[in-house]
Amino acid sequence: MARPSFFGLLLIAPALAMIGALFLYPLGFSLAAAFTEPGGGLSLMHFQKAYELYSTDILFTLFIVVVSTLLTGLFSIAISGILTLGETPWLVAALRALYRWPLFIPFIVAAQCMRTFLAKNGLMNNTFVALGVMEPIQATSFLDWRGIIITFVWKQVPFVTLMLAGAMASIDRATIEAGRNLGASRVRVLIELVLPQVAQTLLVGLVLSFVTMLSVLSVPMMVAGSQPTMLTVDMAFRINSYGDYATANALGVISYAIAGTVAWIYLRHSVKREVQA
Amino acid sequence: MSGRLHLSPANAEPLAGSGKSQAVSRKSGSSVAAARVWALGSTSLKILGLAVFAFLLFGPLANLALWSVAERWYTPFKLPVSYGMRYWEVVFRPTGDAMTSLMTSVAIACLTVMVALAISVPAGYALARLKLPWRTALMILFLLPQAFPSVAIYINVARVFYSIGLTGTITGVVLVHAAHGLVYSVWIAAAAFAAIDRDLELAARNIGASPLRTFFTVTLPLAAPGIMASAIFVFLESLDEFTGTFFVGVPQVTTLPLLLYNASMGGNYQIASITALILLVPSVVFMIVIERFLKADVLSKVGQ
Repeated sequence: MARPSFFGLLLIAPALAMIGALFLYPLGFSLAAAFTEPGGGLSLMHFQKAYELYSTDILFTLFIVVVSTLLTGLFSIAISGILTLGETPWLVAALRALYRWPLFIPFIVAAQCMRTFLAKNGLMNNTFVALGVMEPIQATSFLDWRGIIITFVWKQVPFVTLMLAGAMASIDRATIEAGRNLGASRVRVLIELVLPQVAQTLLVGLVLSFVTMLSVLSVPMMVAGSQPTMLTVDMAFRINSYGDYATANALGVISYAIAGTVAWIYLRHSVKREVQA
Repeated sequence: MSGRLHLSPANAEPLAGSGKSQAVSRKSGSSVAAARVWALGSTSLKILGLAVFAFLLFGPLANLALWSVAERWYTPFKLPVSYGMRYWEVVFRPTGDAMTSLMTSVAIACLTVMVALAISVPAGYALARLKLPWRTALMILFLLPQAFPSVAIYINVARVFYSIGLTGTITGVVLVHAAHGLVYSVWIAAAAFAAIDRDLELAARNIGASPLRTFFTVTLPLAAPGIMASAIFVFLESLDEFTGTFFVGVPQVTTLPLLLYNASMGGNYQIASITALILLVPSVVFMIVIERFLKADVLSKVGQ
């Protein structure tokens, strides 16, 4: 089978057509709208306007998404590490039963949950006050950047953990046993033996999480106030309030660039891996 | 977690240097009581950690459930002032907006699954088994709709759809949802096909089965759990999809997420919470059954 299979191309053609019509074509549309000036020539004027109006929001978006991704990775590694290497059966069983609950909860439902839970008079502050951990006067609303990060991490950790725990379960137990027998602590086994074997899965999970969080419209709209906010909200605002496709698309191109950087990291990693294999 | 680290040296005795091991045993011999305190402390730490974890996990959901049965709840009160099912009645009234939205949502999700599977099963097979040029690039291409910030795409899809009369139609929304779910369906289908032992197919071919028969009697049944998993993902993605419907479906197509959004932004937390709970039902059901469909051997092949 040296030459490419024509049959294979035939099988994949409908999928490619769909991507072309519903993704590549609109993508071209958005690039065109972002880079052309009203007269028709190429220009960066829309980017200038987007930058003037929304530079804070660009940084805000980057900050939120990067911090959320890092926290998601950290929690997922911790949870799947306990699931794989834990030696307290009841703890592992309880954790396994618990961690997956938010997995399929839609972002919009998570946003509605957090909108009430993290509010100044939400269940979280009320519980802390009732437990005596906090004075009622100290209660503050978390419905700002912290709320967005909490919602994102709450929603994405189960997803990455599911992938990671699955990958950890399928690696050769003998390597773990060998490390443990040689006296390595479980944390060291996790970091030095287990993680390198599942790095690819972790990376896929985090890349998917990163771009998902970058694209979510409902969470920043419902959880946080209006300023500063994430780029998705700004885009929707430009369209719905002004019909300003040019600036909205310029913001879109900026978010493409952010996502593209991450995709590039993933690509480079998997190419390197393929060369090694 | 830090409370558990002390447990490890005990297992490691035989291989440690002799001097070191003597020191360790002398030390541990003198402090049995200390070890017991350690064990107790570590157990209570684990329980505490688990309790905090459970609170953070279920607290938001509990708040949602409370709101759905709260008839009156205002600021100085930590719990609802009066409870009742009045809002449930409003939502489940057969003529109400919520039932219409529910029907619309389910219909769209089913159609989306059909479209996505019809497209992704052949594509997944081709990617897993057949020789394709630029295979990695193709895999990445299917990731793109997920890898690109979708809002920017949807505003342009809406613009294109508007010019061909697809905005505000079920067809338009189904197309958008199917394209969005394609990465899950194609990647998981490809992983499911890749996880199948090739010898089983070769055995079938050896005893005279045609390639088509081999596919339908050997390959497809073996890949079925993975394909089911991808169908589940697509169904949920469609049911929960907000952004695409927000731009393409308005104003005629109101799915449950849009109803939730409108109610929540309008300050009607009861209706929003009940709608959210309805959306939770399939999520929780699928969360419970997903591991049956998505096995570790398939999961480890996702994205390769």
